[in-house]
Amino acid sequence: MSKMMKTAAIAGAFTAALAAQSGTVSAAEQIKCFGVSLAGENDCKAGAGTTCAGTSKVDYQGNAWTLVDEGSCATMELPAMADGTPRMGATEELDRDLPS
Amino acid sequence: MLDDLKRPNISYSALPNGVGVGYKAQHFTDLMQDAAPVEWLEIHAENYMGGGGRPLAQLRHLSERFAISVHGVGLSIGGEGALDADHLARLSHLVGWLNPASLSEHLAWSTHEGAYLNDLLPLPYTADTLSRVCDHIDQLQEAIARPMLLENPSSYLSFDASTMAETEFLGEVAARTGCGLLLDVNNVFISANNLGMDARAYIDAFPVQHIGELHLGGHDEDETQVGAPDPAPLLIDSHGREVANPVWDLLAHTLDRSGPRPLLIEWDADVPDWPVLRGEAVRAAAALATSRVPA
Amino acid sequence: MSTPQSQFRTALLDPALPVPDGLGDGRGGPVGRRFDVYRNNVVSSLIDALEVGFPAVQKLIGPVNFRAIMAVFLRQHPPQAPMIAVYGAALPGFLSGFAPLAHLGYLPDVARLEQALRESYHAKDSEALDPAILQDMAPADLMAARITLAPALRLIRSPWPVHGIWAYNMEDGAPQPGAAPEDVVITRPAFNPDMAVAGPGGATFVAALAGGQTIGAAYDTALTDAPQFDLSAILGILISGSALHRLIPGDPE
Repeated sequence: MSKMMKTAAIAGAFTAALAAQSGTVSAAEQIKCFGVSLAGENDCKAGAGTTCAGTSKVDYQGNAWTLVDEGSCATMELPAMADGTPRMGATEELDRDLPS
Repeated sequence: MLDDLKRPNISYSALPNGVGVGYKAQHFTDLMQDAAPVEWLEIHAENYMGGGGRPLAQLRHLSERFAISVHGVGLSIGGEGALDADHLARLSHLVGWLNPASLSEHLAWSTHEGAYLNDLLPLPYTADTLSRVCDHIDQLQEAIARPMLLENPSSYLSFDASTMAETEFLGEVAARTGCGLLLDVNNVFISANNLGMDARAYIDAFPVQHIGELHLGGHDEDETQVGAPDPAPLLIDSHGREVANPVWDLLAHTLDRSGPRPLLIEWDADVPDWPVLRGEAVRAAAALATSRVPA
Repeated sequence: MSTPQSQFRTALLDPALPVPDGLGDGRGGPVGRRFDVYRNNVVSSLIDALEVGFPAVQKLIGPVNFRAIMAVFLRQHPPQAPMIAVYGAALPGFLSGFAPLAHLGYLPDVARLEQALRESYHAKDSEALDPAILQDMAPADLMAARITLAPALRLIRSPWPVHGIWAYNMEDGAPQPGAAPEDVVITRPAFNPDMAVAGPGGATFVAALAGGQTIGAAYDTALTDAPQFDLSAILGILISGSALHRLIPGDPE
């Protein structure tokens, strides 16, 4: 691709992406969803009613672990192609320190 | 003397001498529509340290309507090691940004060699502990340029090494550092039950002139008996139900000594719909009204 | 040297160890099971936090397995800071090395996705780049410019259909995961993180921008990675997600 074609392709892509944008969320709408909270939180309560959970000794040695037969991993059908074989190219993570 | 003690001491915080509740996001709309009798809110500092997003936007919005008390749970003031400088900086930043009416933390430790254990762990009341706790409070108060409030813990065990009563220890901390005290009446009830103390005697020995805030919350009985020689099941500071009647009685006894103080209802587990929490706030407001000194 | 608090901590996290010396019931009697209250508080509160933080991982392996495995995890990797809302950064690495779950190769990536969602939720705010600035730029200036990205942006590159696996577990009526690997771009247009699957080369483009490449160079990098790279599609994700923060002009060649 020539430099001119590349420049035109990039400019065109920006124009197309900008044209496809819809409006942004209004401040009032944002405040309405203050009542929703994500993620666990800190508090100063103590765990109620049992002294057991912290005292169960977990015996874990390599493959000796016994899994209970439960969970969606058993019913989920992953196509044979989705075997996690790495593609060409790295699977590096985005370095979060860069943008500021 | 009694009248002196009953004079509200506002130097520790700018909270109104009324009722506050621990803030939960699900009550946001109710609080905005009709909060009465709630005058102020308490938030847990560590939930507002991410730097942005909904938590901080929400807090900014709330602070336009309510006085805010920032209640830290993770500074580990009783820790053997130095205070976590990063965490101290985060707390100072939050206080500087929000300029809350009050800042409080716990007489406990929670971090050891970089591991945060997410619980308020107990301390022996010794000269060593006293000097360490005072150093850490000095450090925090210097960083935030204002006095903090220190809260009494709920206890499940005792230390053979302790040489001071908890009330004496807290009074000494307040005298040495100039910090105020946050008296959690439910914690007193729990500790008294669990350690075989007299809760009223604890209140009578408490340095009430330093009280900047009172806490009330619900507790649960432990499922398992601890066994002989314990006469009763352990009480656990679960914050998951209404304040128990004997704790309301203990509050009345406290208010007789202290006079009205900013009074918080904490409810952190199985958080109810607003009307239930508000019912607790109404009861707290009535207790405060009874305690006000006639003009 | 073993200090009182280091003994306390070690015994808290290892129920096989004896209770530390010097503790009592306040009445001159033995401490009995009172120490277990603290053991319970530490372990159950941290497992509860992980349950809230990693709901898809929990669904995949089931709640009983999850609690048992998290009890192992938290003892090896207790929180490094008191902010419980973002506890769990070490979980993907732990799951990668956890032999009993080795047959679920995608599980660490699902955990990475869930951790990234929470980090994005709490990340610093940033002003989104005004689209008018982009619109008004000469194409050659656009090529030479760099763009800094919003702190709430996260990129999860996976050899698995990680978004499909997440959605199958978290969204009602979502289909079974597809066969293709998925790179997920997490943006936060307002307060709620959004997820989008980046097309071929899309994640490479974002990583290149984050790495400081000019728009022109990042475009080349992405095309080299994937000849079918669609710039307009990834720009759409970034712009609608308020993920473009600031434009730094460069020198056109």
